[in-house]
Amino acid sequence: MSFGPMFLLATMEGLVMAAVLALTALGLSLVFGVMRIVNVAHGEMFMLGAVLAWAISTAFAGHPSIGFVAALLVAPLVVGGVAMLSERLVLRQLNYDPEATIVATIGLLYIIQQLALTFYGADARPVQAPFNVRVQLPWFGYSGYKLFVIFAAIVLMLATWFVLTRTKIGLIMRATQYDRETALAFGIPVDRVYAGVFALGAMLAATAAVLVVPIQQAHYLMGRDPLLLSFIVVIIGGLGSLRGTIIAALLIGLSDGIISTLYFSPTLAKMLATLLVAMVLVFRPQGLFGTVAK
Amino acid sequence: MADALTISGLDAYYGEVQVLRGFELTLKKGEVLCLLGRNGAGKTTALKSIMGLVSVRAGHIIKDGKDLTKLPAHEVPKTGVAYVPQGRRLFAELTVAENLEIGLMTRGKGDVTRESVLGLFPVLRERLSQRSGTLSGGEQQMLAMARALCIEPDVLLLDEPTEGLMPSMIARIREAVAELRQRGVSTILVEQRVDAVLSLADRVAFIENGQNRETVPVEDVRADPDYVRRYVGVS
Repeated sequence: MSFGPMFLLATMEGLVMAAVLALTALGLSLVFGVMRIVNVAHGEMFMLGAVLAWAISTAFAGHPSIGFVAALLVAPLVVGGVAMLSERLVLRQLNYDPEATIVATIGLLYIIQQLALTFYGADARPVQAPFNVRVQLPWFGYSGYKLFVIFAAIVLMLATWFVLTRTKIGLIMRATQYDRETALAFGIPVDRVYAGVFALGAMLAATAAVLVVPIQQAHYLMGRDPLLLSFIVVIIGGLGSLRGTIIAALLIGLSDGIISTLYFSPTLAKMLATLLVAMVLVFRPQGLFGTVAK
Repeated sequence: MADALTISGLDAYYGEVQVLRGFELTLKKGEVLCLLGRNGAGKTTALKSIMGLVSVRAGHIIKDGKDLTKLPAHEVPKTGVAYVPQGRRLFAELTVAENLEIGLMTRGKGDVTRESVLGLFPVLRERLSQRSGTLSGGEQQMLAMARALCIEPDVLLLDEPTEGLMPSMIARIREAVAELRQRGVSTILVEQRVDAVLSLADRVAFIENGQNRETVPVEDVRADPDYVRRYVGVS
C-alpha cells in the first residue's frame, strides 16, 4: 500500500483510538477536577463496562443491534451505580483525603478485577457490532461502526461540555470544584455532588468501553491500558481541564494510530507518549491547559 | 429587641485543636454586632461554627427555634444565614452572574432578589459576564457581599470585609452594611479596623482565647478606649 492510503488508514485508526481515549480520560479528569481524587480504579470501570456489555448483549437474541443498544443504555448505569456505592462506602469514609483515596482506589481496582475474573472468567469474549456497513473513503472502504464510535464520542463530549457550562448542575459542579467550603456555605450538598461526579466519571469510561468492545474483545485485564493512557492524557492536557483532555487525547490517539500503523510499532508509540509526559512534567507540570494550584 | 441568633456553650475544633471554649453570643434582630479581638482569638472560627464549617462538639446555635449545630453544613444557608468569608472566596473562574446565581439557587427569589442586590451594588451590573477573578479588590468584595445577599438572609456574617481595600471602597462597603441594617438584616461583623467598628456597630463583643469576654454597647467602647487597648492591644 502506498503512503497516501496508508496515512489515511493510520489517521482513521488514530481517530477511533482518540475518541475512546478522550471519553475515558474525560471521566478521570472530571473526577480529579471536581473531587481532587486520583481514581486508580478508573480502568476497572472501563473493564466492567466492557464485561457488562458482553453479558447484556449476549442475553438478547435476534439482531445484534438490540443487544448492543441495551448494553449501551444499561452497562453505564450499572457501572455508575457501582461507582456511587464505592464513593459512599469508601471515599466518603476517608473524607476524600487525596492520599488515602489513592490507596483505597488501588484496593477497589483489585476487588473489581478479581470479581470479574471470578464471575466472568479469564477468556476474552467478542461482542458483535450493531451494524456492519463499509463506508467508501478515497482509497478503501472503512468500517462504518468505527466512524460511528468517533461520532458517538463527539456527541458525548459535546453533551458533557454542555452540561458543565450551560446547566445549573454544571454550575454547581464547577463551584464545588473551585471551592468546596464556600460551596457548602451556599447550600450545595457537596457529598451528593461528589457521588454524582464519581458516578459520571465511571459512566463515561463504561460508555467508552461499550463502544469499543465490538472492535476489541472484553477481558478482565483490559482496564490497564485505558488507565495508563488516560493518565498520560490528563497529565499532558492538565488534570481537570476538559479542553486539555480532548486535545491531549487527539494527540496521543493520533500519534499512537499513525505510528502503530505506519511503522508497525505500538511500542514506539507508547515510548513517544511517555516521553511527552516526561517533558510536560519537567517543563509544564500543570499540563498544557491546566492551571497552577493556588 | 428579639434575638436573631443565640450561641451557647459552644466548643469548636480544627481537627483536634480546640479553638472555641464555651463560646456565648447573642445577636439581636436588626443590629450590627462586631467581634473584636486579637489574631487567633476565635472570631473567624465563631462565624465558621455558625455555618457548620468546623467541627462543633458541644453547645447550641439557635435560630428561629432551630439548632443549627444539628444541621448538615449545606442546610444552614437555607435557614437564612449568609456568610461572606475572609478573603472573599469567590468562585474565581465563574463569571459575576454565575457567582450571583449560586447565591440565588440557595434561597433567593430569582430576578426580584437579583435586581434588589444589583441595586445595592450597581457597578456589578456592568460586569455580569466578566470572570470574577479579574475584578478589582473592591469589586470582588462587593460581589462577595452581593452573592451572600442573594440568599435573602436575615442573618449576615461578614468576615473582615474591608481588609486590603482602598478608602473609597471601604466607605462603599460601610454604606452597604448600614443600608442592610435599615432593611432589617442582623449582622455579625468581624473587623480589625477599630474606626469601622465604632462607626458601624450597635454592640461590640470582645473575643479572647476562644471565649466572648464581654459584649457592650458601642457607646461604651467609644467612651472608654481601655476596652480596645485591653482586648486588641491598640488604642
